[in-house]
Amino acid sequence: MSELPPIHLTLDGQPITVEPGSTVAVAIAIADIPCRTSITGEPRGPLCAMGICFECRATINGIAHRRTCQVVCEPGMDIVTQ
Amino acid sequence: MNSAADVVILGCGIVGAATALECARAGMSVTVVEQDTPGSGATAAGMGHIVVMDDSPAQLALTTYSRSLWNQLSPELPASVEYNRSGTIWVAADDDEMAEVHRKLACYAQAGVTAEAINPNELSEAEPNLHPALAGGLLVPDDAVLYPPAAARFLMDQARRHNARLVYGRCLSAARGEVLLEDGTRLHAGILVNATGAVSPELTPGISVKKRKGHLVITDRYPNFLNHQLVELGYLKSAHSTTADSVAFNVQPRLTGQILIGSSRQFDAEDNQVDRGIVADMLERAALYMPAIAGLSALRIWSGFRAATPDKLPLIGPTEDPTLFLATGHEGLGITTSLATAHLLTDHLLHRPSTIAPEPYLPSRLAVGAAHV
Amino acid sequence: MSYPVQPEHFQTLVVGAGPAGIAAAVSAAEAGSRVALIDDNPEPGGQIWRAERNHPGPDVTHGGNAARWRNRLAAVPVTRLQGWSVFDQPEPMTLRAEREGVAADFSADRIILATGARERFLPFPGWTLPNVMGVGALQAMVKSGLPIRGKRVVIAGSGPLLLAVAHTLHAAGANVVAIAEQASLASLAAFTASLATSPAKLLQGLRYKAATLGVPYHTGSWPLRAHGTGRVTSVVLSLKERTHEIPCDYLACGFHLVPNIELPAMLGCRIEDGFVAVDDLQHTSVSGIFCAGETTGIAGLEASLLEGEIAGLAAANRTAKAQHLVPRKQAASRFAARLARAFSLRPELKSIPQDNTIVCRCEDVTLDALRPHPTWRAAKLHTRCGMGPCQGRICGSATAFLLDWNPGSVRPPMLPTLVSSLTSTEAPD
Repeated sequence: MSELPPIHLTLDGQPITVEPGSTVAVAIAIADIPCRTSITGEPRGPLCAMGICFECRATINGIAHRRTCQVVCEPGMDIVTQ
Repeated sequence: MNSAADVVILGCGIVGAATALECARAGMSVTVVEQDTPGSGATAAGMGHIVVMDDSPAQLALTTYSRSLWNQLSPELPASVEYNRSGTIWVAADDDEMAEVHRKLACYAQAGVTAEAINPNELSEAEPNLHPALAGGLLVPDDAVLYPPAAARFLMDQARRHNARLVYGRCLSAARGEVLLEDGTRLHAGILVNATGAVSPELTPGISVKKRKGHLVITDRYPNFLNHQLVELGYLKSAHSTTADSVAFNVQPRLTGQILIGSSRQFDAEDNQVDRGIVADMLERAALYMPAIAGLSALRIWSGFRAATPDKLPLIGPTEDPTLFLATGHEGLGITTSLATAHLLTDHLLHRPSTIAPEPYLPSRLAVGAAHV
Repeated sequence: MSYPVQPEHFQTLVVGAGPAGIAAAVSAAEAGSRVALIDDNPEPGGQIWRAERNHPGPDVTHGGNAARWRNRLAAVPVTRLQGWSVFDQPEPMTLRAEREGVAADFSADRIILATGARERFLPFPGWTLPNVMGVGALQAMVKSGLPIRGKRVVIAGSGPLLLAVAHTLHAAGANVVAIAEQASLASLAAFTASLATSPAKLLQGLRYKAATLGVPYHTGSWPLRAHGTGRVTSVVLSLKERTHEIPCDYLACGFHLVPNIELPAMLGCRIEDGFVAVDDLQHTSVSGIFCAGETTGIAGLEASLLEGEIAGLAAANRTAKAQHLVPRKQAASRFAARLARAFSLRPELKSIPQDNTIVCRCEDVTLDALRPHPTWRAAKLHTRCGMGPCQGRICGSATAFLLDWNPGSVRPPMLPTLVSSLTSTEAPD
């Protein structure tokens, strides 16, 4: 099976590239930054990776609080960590 | 088990807790009876606003007085109470409502309440997410919001510092100086205070308190989405209506950036299940005033019962039973007027002059079984 | 006032596209029922059969004849509702779900709930650091594209999942430096003994499996704290009487599984000992509603598949055929009790979190703020623990163990839902 081309998207204003089929949570993890900041200011990333803990929330294409572990990266996506 | 105290207060909601604190501070020995956990009734279900309202001169006096008491107390409130002097903007949808804004402005000015009329541009600047086609509003900067269960708990904790006791149990009867609990405990006191909110007629049959169901929705965090508490001027019409179900636009920011969305009012709704239809109406109305609300993530929906009286004023004061007093019937102003209620009642018990005239809130003003108009 | 459009109606609606849900949907459809399969992930497969990126699910490289089930699913006319999140039941036998801001109603004559299980997380100092996550979670992230080659991974917690994931990660090139299983050697030996083969051999087998990875498999060991700034850099494990600090890039830590009973509970199904109560044919206490898989008892893949088949057949009124499978299911389920016993959580785990350890991650509520309260309900009201977006799923499972609390009833919305979905429903695409 031929490899699909990599996907270009924007993360916190910076252009990044990921392998097709990667989730947004993975894209954020590869960039080595947290998905969100907690109420008391702690950096947070995915805990359950299955859509239950809500720690992986980030803003995707202007919509806040998307569970990034359940969203597959698409070309041109704009991701902003919270 | 027999227990004697000066005062037994039934219900540790915000009104009961505030009353406990005032009585205890005045040197009375106080026992509070709570069937669940402090602040778990209407106190937990409400929006937690501290707001001046002018539905009547008596309401204006009570809310103004009580708001000033909250402002004085605010430096002592712990972070868990989330006190936030966000201010209120009464939002006018059209010229008629803008006229109402000016009427209110004059009324507030007379009562010494700081307020200012704002035009559509100023409204947009103050609240960018409001629909642009509104007519303006009335800004009341000294109104505030807080998290009521934490406030009730704080007041009760303060009362305990003055030796008040909190007893857990369900009250079966309270009359003639004796309170009977479900487990057989009897408490005796010269003064009993019914502060049980929407269920107060169960303990004191015949008082003019009816349940008025409300719903709330809270969203996830959207910092800077909302700065002030916002209320539509039609809120008063909704609060006024007695038989129809009604909703009114009323939103409030939490310090975390979450938005509390209300409000709904229903008579003749006895169960506490969430009513999807009225929640849909309420959210649609909110989205009418703030279109971006439609895109917010809602975390929780809940309902509760306000204690409504025929004239929209609480019952604070004596009953025909010389040992039994009422501190109930606060409808949507329980948080706001809890502190004033406590002061008025304690003043009465100690034969002290009150800061405001107590007559409009005396239970005796309402004939038994007065119709809710 | 918005009124929902006429809901889309099916004979059988299956919620959850993990192994149990897939087996249920296939069995009902093959028996002639008009079936819909609804799941909130991008691809079917649930957790254990989670799809690798770029490969449509379920993951056929895993065991349990996943390939065969995938083919059977592809061969039947099941309406696939992937990416839909169920959040409410507006009336009996009608589920309301949301997908990308649009809500729709789905009604059915029979509903089969196969909502699976989630990992149990227990708090310890440093557990909120990025790159500390569940065991299945790290596997899921790797399947979704997380590069793990050459990364140092410590796997901790409890359950057979630890070794299974260690293998997957090792195969993906990770440097699995240690596995810390909290169950004692004695517990595990008893478990392996109960599997009716030579106990010594099986115990050897466990250690052999670990040894083939070149990974120390510590029993009676658990994490005490994780260190790091901005992300985890090391974990301190308790090891017999000593402690051992291990540098790592990822700490995968999960303590067995907790069933996702929120939807069954919201629908009124009776819950017993934390699981949905079902009879032999997977009927719940609510007429017309079935439940299959881990939600009825943590018993592993084979039991989930059998329960799914039974529920699907029973929902399609093939009760004789369903009954035929019951003895095999019962045998597979007996495994569940032994599993629970072997890996039961030891009380020492209750003392790992410190006073200032966060327990509720949504609202950042620490253990000392929770302790004064007698019940979950009182704590929730006064500290806001459980009032965040996870709706108490993570902290509720933790406090059930730490403080013996019972989490309260479930109210809609069962998951955070957009306001627009609470005001109107539209016809699904």
